Amino acid sequence: MDGLKRTPFYDFHVAAGAKVVDFAGWQMPLLYRGIVDEHEQTRNSGSVFDVSHMGRLYFRGKGAGAFLDHVLTRNVAAMKVGQSRYSLVCNSTGGVMDDVIVSRDERHWLLVCNASNRKKLSRYFAAVVQEKSFDVEIDDRTESTAMAAVQGPKVIDKLSEVLPTDLKAMKRYTFANDEVMMTRYTVSRSGYTGEDGVELILPAKAAGMAMKMLGEHTDRPGATIRPAGLGARDTLRLEAGMPLYGHELSETSDPLSSGLAWAVDLGGKDFVGAEALRELMGRGLKRRLVGLEMEGRRIARQGSAVMQNGQTVGEVTSGTFGPTLGKSVAMAFVEVGIAEGAAVEVDLKGARNPATVVKLPFYKRESSSK
Amino acid sequence: MSAPQNLRYLQTHEWHRLDGDTVTIGITQFAADELTDITYVALPKVGQKLAANGRFGEVESVKATSDLYSGVGGTVTEINGELANNPGLVNTDPYNKGWMIRLKADNPADAQKLLSADEYLKKTGH
Repeated sequence: MDGLKRTPFYDFHVAAGAKVVDFAGWQMPLLYRGIVDEHEQTRNSGSVFDVSHMGRLYFRGKGAGAFLDHVLTRNVAAMKVGQSRYSLVCNSTGGVMDDVIVSRDERHWLLVCNASNRKKLSRYFAAVVQEKSFDVEIDDRTESTAMAAVQGPKVIDKLSEVLPTDLKAMKRYTFANDEVMMTRYTVSRSGYTGEDGVELILPAKAAGMAMKMLGEHTDRPGATIRPAGLGARDTLRLEAGMPLYGHELSETSDPLSSGLAWAVDLGGKDFVGAEALRELMGRGLKRRLVGLEMEGRRIARQGSAVMQNGQTVGEVTSGTFGPTLGKSVAMAFVEVGIAEGAAVEVDLKGARNPATVVKLPFYKRESSSK
Repeated sequence: MSAPQNLRYLQTHEWHRLDGDTVTIGITQFAADELTDITYVALPKVGQKLAANGRFGEVESVKATSDLYSGVGGTVTEINGELANNPGLVNTDPYNKGWMIRLKADNPADAQKLLSADEYLKKTGH
């Protein structure tokens, strides 16, 4: 595993018995106890995920807002301090370069991006800044900070016991800066599991202490919050119908077909890719992202053809056995004429597996907090 | 990582238990751990003929799908029907309750040519 980076939580992963894998150049925990166990722990109580591999880029300068408005699909310059927004970075043809969360702070903006796209985005942003002479400084703090996602129905109560921030008063997609035991941190009410929860950014050096601060031994059965790996993160996000870069999103697919029109402000402003996306809207979409419920227990994988009456009508982007659903489910791009409730077949190496087109998400938590 | 000494192995992580001309096949603990939570095992029908090193099915988990191979040729005499309802047996008890198929071997001596436990561990680097 030479050349692979370790996050500030690496020692914790090893001590907790994680199975460590190479992910986007980082040594990351795939699982600790088992994907299904960790998935259920997240849905029923709480889990802590190391997401330090995700990119954390800070933007300062008078032109930071204007720059971000230029490269992001979302209208961000009008955001208030303390707000976060999900957005996309598109190329000039409307293809998705990455999906990100942008947050507005008093003196800077923060953009959290996918680990696999961090270097690409950094190069691209630097080129745009130079070409358009934006007054903005970009500071990549991915490796000097740590980031953890704490997710599940019981984590807000539990973290409220150990953090001074009034988490219960925070709305989804807002953040706050605070300090605990001389350590500054940023906490946002966000996540990628379909559960309530927060994401925390803290200095890399404070990572070990942060794990202890969760207040109990996370490796103990029955603990409110236990560690969970990338495996459970994927089954959780898939059940929640959330797109994953490289699957539902790529440079050769557009955000509108992926069901992300809500994250593309085509009305108000110009941004890289806007023209191509307006044209696409004018022509009409050819395909859209849907859910598939598979008959039986077989799992559809990325690239499997979706068939109807012997014709290929789409392609699977992600599939898994949803532990909470107790069903095999998939996401797929299908021709726009194929409606919810339609019967289709998924080609699994020549075997045709019946499936039904369903609305996304597959799973929605009961709580009303948003 | 360990592997029972009384079994024979393929590098693709299948174990073979020999009993006269009957060969029982499953996957190793290492393979089951690698796959993580197994959700489905596709098995052949009783009576199906398999070639030596031929594919006999597939095992799926939340993480991946893998082909299953038999190290010996023969005819399938029995499959583990329990796995249809409880594929997790392959994770929890891969060498006993998680067995997959039984074969009547065409040439039982072929089984002796498969990897020993030590050779399997060495070849797979564990």
